[in-house]
Amino acid sequence: MRKKEAEKAGTGPGGAPARRKIRWDLLFLAVSVAAFTGLGLVFRDRGGRALRISWEYFQEMVFILPAVMVLMGLFAVWVRRETVVKYLGRESGLLGLLLAVLLGTLPTGPLYVAFPLAAMLLKKGARVANVTVFLCAWACIKLPQELMEFQFLGWKFTFLRLGLTVALVIPMGLVAERIYHRRIPVSEERQP
Amino acid sequence: MSLTAIVIDSLVGACLLASLIRDRKKTVMALRIAWNAVRRIGPSVLAIIAVIGLIVGFIPPRWIALSIGSERGALGLLAAAALGSVLFIPALIAFPLAKSLLDMGAGVMSIAAFITTLTMIGFVFLPLEIKELDRRFALLRNGLSFLVALAIALLMGLIL
Repeated sequence: MRKKEAEKAGTGPGGAPARRKIRWDLLFLAVSVAAFTGLGLVFRDRGGRALRISWEYFQEMVFILPAVMVLMGLFAVWVRRETVVKYLGRESGLLGLLLAVLLGTLPTGPLYVAFPLAAMLLKKGARVANVTVFLCAWACIKLPQELMEFQFLGWKFTFLRLGLTVALVIPMGLVAERIYHRRIPVSEERQP
Repeated sequence: MSLTAIVIDSLVGACLLASLIRDRKKTVMALRIAWNAVRRIGPSVLAIIAVIGLIVGFIPPRWIALSIGSERGALGLLAAAALGSVLFIPALIAFPLAKSLLDMGAGVMSIAAFITTLTMIGFVFLPLEIKELDRRFALLRNGLSFLVALAIALLMGLIL
């Protein structure tokens, strides 16, 4: 019953009733918009700057979010579950982890578009470690950003930090997976 | 429109076209999944955009510089990591800020912790991450990322 409801509303693999979740995000939106208007009216010049920044990010969202979601939809209908399990699932090993890093590095959209992608990968049978690594790589390793780091902080700093990040994020994903499954037995793992 | 957006949009456009040619029904289904996802995360994304505007617009880089630059040692490292986790600062501001902090004599460790948590951990994104994945996953990823960021910072301080 609960599962059916969540499916109908198209929630992620969490499986909790959808109605309560939708209210939370609307509340989050209302509070942030209220804070924005209030602070903006009191501190005019800073409010103007805040508005400009938000507008920039809004434009980024308009041009990137729909495309990435369409890509996710196409992935959902065309790529079979067995394929995801084979390359990113339980048995994928080191290659799966490296593929997760690579997948995270390729697209350069903002982090929030990666969450629905990550949820879909989990649903299709990717292992938790790989999805964690995918999200971390998506968040940290972006070419334009690295070019700036290189320019301002020098090659030693940039390469060392990047190298350490890749080297540490992989064991971190494995640890996250260990802890994640500790209380939820593997058999009860989120299967669609 | 940025170069990234152009590349992503044209790539997805090509994929969509190919899909449409091969199977119309499946393509419609894909578009429906996409539309549902947009509707699902839309409110959170708008809220995130508002919060980013507030953070960048109302917190002057000078304050951040003062709180990271003035404290050294373990406390400074923790403060830098915590600030990087909570704040959202665009790369265009963050890297020049980091550079000026280094020039002012701040430790490499603090700067590395700040930059790493800034990118890897987003308090701003946490509600959406919890909603899309789940609480356990999101808290684990962010919590462990914090520890990893500290480890990266310590190693960089030792090496550089």
